[in-house]
Amino acid sequence: MAGFDKVVTSYEEAMTGLEDDMIVLAGGFGLCGIPENLIAEIQRKGTKGLTVVSNNCGVDGFGLGILLEDKQIRKMISSYVGENALFEKQLLDGELEVELTPQGTLAEKMRAGGAGIPAFYTATGVGTPVAEGKETKSFNGREYLLEEAITGDFAIVKGWKADRYGNVIYRHTAQNFNPLAATAGKITVVEVEEIVEVGELDPVQIHTPGIYVDRVVLGTFEKRIEQRTVKAAK
Amino acid sequence: MALTREQMAQRVAQELQDGFYVNLGIGIPTLVANYVPENMDVMLQSENGLLGMGEFPTEDTIDADMINAGKQTVTAVKGASIFSSAESFAMIRGGHVDLTVLGAFEVDVNGNIASWMIPNKLVKGMGGAMDLVAGADNIIVTMTHASKSGESKLLESCSLPLTGKGCIKKVLTDLAWLEIENGAFVLKERAPGVSTEEIIEKTQGKLIVPDHVPEMVFA
Repeated sequence: MAGFDKVVTSYEEAMTGLEDDMIVLAGGFGLCGIPENLIAEIQRKGTKGLTVVSNNCGVDGFGLGILLEDKQIRKMISSYVGENALFEKQLLDGELEVELTPQGTLAEKMRAGGAGIPAFYTATGVGTPVAEGKETKSFNGREYLLEEAITGDFAIVKGWKADRYGNVIYRHTAQNFNPLAATAGKITVVEVEEIVEVGELDPVQIHTPGIYVDRVVLGTFEKRIEQRTVKAAK
Repeated sequence: MALTREQMAQRVAQELQDGFYVNLGIGIPTLVANYVPENMDVMLQSENGLLGMGEFPTEDTIDADMINAGKQTVTAVKGASIFSSAESFAMIRGGHVDLTVLGAFEVDVNGNIASWMIPNKLVKGMGGAMDLVAGADNIIVTMTHASKSGESKLLESCSLPLTGKGCIKKVLTDLAWLEIENGAFVLKERAPGVSTEEIIEKTQGKLIVPDHVPEMVFA
């Protein structure tokens, strides 16, 4: 690796430095745009006690769901979970902790974390269980909650294309939380479908500038579909 | 007769206006998309980061990278845009969405809504619902008026943990169209063939019934 070249050649190298009890931010919405191979690498490494910040927790046998199999996750910070039986079981058995966070607040927590803003006020969650124990303040006659930013030891991100400098473009709605997670990891690892030479991506089209990215790795993806809905062909 | 799910969607669709950006929740709200009048342009926002959601793809065009907030495979319409979750909720929280339609377990006379958590049952999460109700000004809640056992869901005070406080002004149930004003439900329309008495009986929260309550009209 030299200069701005962020490309690593193996998943093992991509996740070097991940240790027990770390905080991992993961992109993805449902199974769309999840860093599926980086998750598989965490399973292979067997890292335990992880706090994972991700909108959802995959399904049984795919995505973050596989990290439940060997009880590698201690805590999930998510907006919607429980599409997997194993998740439900570990939660009820007290082996897994969950901090439910409104989706927009979760996104903003990562955005703020990456942008050096320690906390922000939002009307989301006022008067609900989410507000318990949180400071509130009134602005222009409306009550707001103080929500703290999130940063991670690692961010694992799924991109579409990246250049060697770590500039990333996402594909369609596989963008979701990925660019936010990318900004908020001490070490940000992006796996992509294609690595191109520097200069090939149009600078104005870059979603995640390379300054946020530490490692880029090339992968192949299953891209499992959670809800396959189609209309009849005409 | 109580409204069917399709009729509820049709009634909500009457509230659409040309040029509206609309977020539709899961369930009955999703069906509203089927009743957008032909001469009207409406852009559907899906909170996973899509403005301009289109219909389902065909088997040939299905794409794992193109989904809606219900995680269903969808398409994008001409003129759509796609963005991050933070951008998506900036739109929602910033009040840029013209109409939000979502379901609920309970609403009350103070505009409180409970839609995500039933104590002692497994809680899956609020998803984007808290952001949507806090950020939107124009919200329509679609729900059944009473539970199967006849208990009212239109209450003096919500009994379940809230999704949002003081944010609901319009409710469509299978029996009635109601608006929330000054700490009471105001009965605006009845479902065809549903009596005012039945609505009064099934509304636990304070209900104001004007002298004349018209029946809903469907095209």
